[in-house]
Amino acid sequence: MARHWWKALAILLLIYVIIAGFTIKIPIIGTNGQSSRGLFFHVPMWICMYTMFTISVVNSLLYLSKYDLKRDVYASSAARVGAFFGVLGFATGSLWATYTWGGTLTDDPKQICTAIAILIYMAYLVLRISIHDIDKRARISAVFNIFAFALLIPLTYIIPRMVDSLHPGSASTPGFASKDTDGGMKLVLYPAFIGWTLLSVWIYTLLVRYKKLELKNIFK
Amino acid sequence: MINRAFSFCLTLTLLLVSVLANAQQQDTEKGALNEFFRSNDKIYVIVGVLVIIFLGIVLFLINLDRKISKLEQRDKK
Repeated sequence: MARHWWKALAILLLIYVIIAGFTIKIPIIGTNGQSSRGLFFHVPMWICMYTMFTISVVNSLLYLSKYDLKRDVYASSAARVGAFFGVLGFATGSLWATYTWGGTLTDDPKQICTAIAILIYMAYLVLRISIHDIDKRARISAVFNIFAFALLIPLTYIIPRMVDSLHPGSASTPGFASKDTDGGMKLVLYPAFIGWTLLSVWIYTLLVRYKKLELKNIFK
Repeated sequence: MINRAFSFCLTLTLLLVSVLANAQQQDTEKGALNEFFRSNDKIYVIVGVLVIIFLGIVLFLINLDRKISKLEQRDKK
């Protein structure tokens, strides 16, 4: 039981986030209204996605240095969980955009670039299915994964910040600098980051453990 | 065997819930808890909904975690 403490921590933090996220007083600004509370649920999805894709690319690099198939399993599992959270983040963002930006799928650079980034990772998952030879699959997908990560950062972080976007953090809108977020909201936002990330790690470990049972010949 | 015991317990709990719900039907209008859930345009009802959904997902994950642990234990032998 002692090694499950972080799962309990994730559950407690997230219950706090759900309750406090709806109950605390937040500043009502512009067209956002109460929807600013989405910050506690929409942004952590992306933190989870970045965490998973980082785990994935590190394992892909390690695979290419030692050709250990375990690393390939870690990388692909993390990419799957990361893509899952990416889709959740995109869906919540689209819903939010419908009522604040005036369109579900807008021509906003942040939204377009993120969609491209998620599609690249979808392509990674499809690519894996299409190759039957295990070693070939591991090598090609590891190289693809590194390219995918190299595109993820400029697509979701750099380009939307260089051009005008409605999304916070672009050239003309306030970002996530320490002054931009209300102090009270930070008390929920940071626990939300930790809680959701721990939850995504939990789901990731479940997937890895399932894969370990399924692919016994690799994990000996 | 475990599944049968589990479904029996679940049925019993659900039966009890319906009994409890009937018993409380008269005073849903009063009480501090009901007033709390009705305040602020009933937003706390939805907070409750989210907590229930989240706990459901967590129970599912815990269950899955234990099932995988069991398989791992069996695998070691």
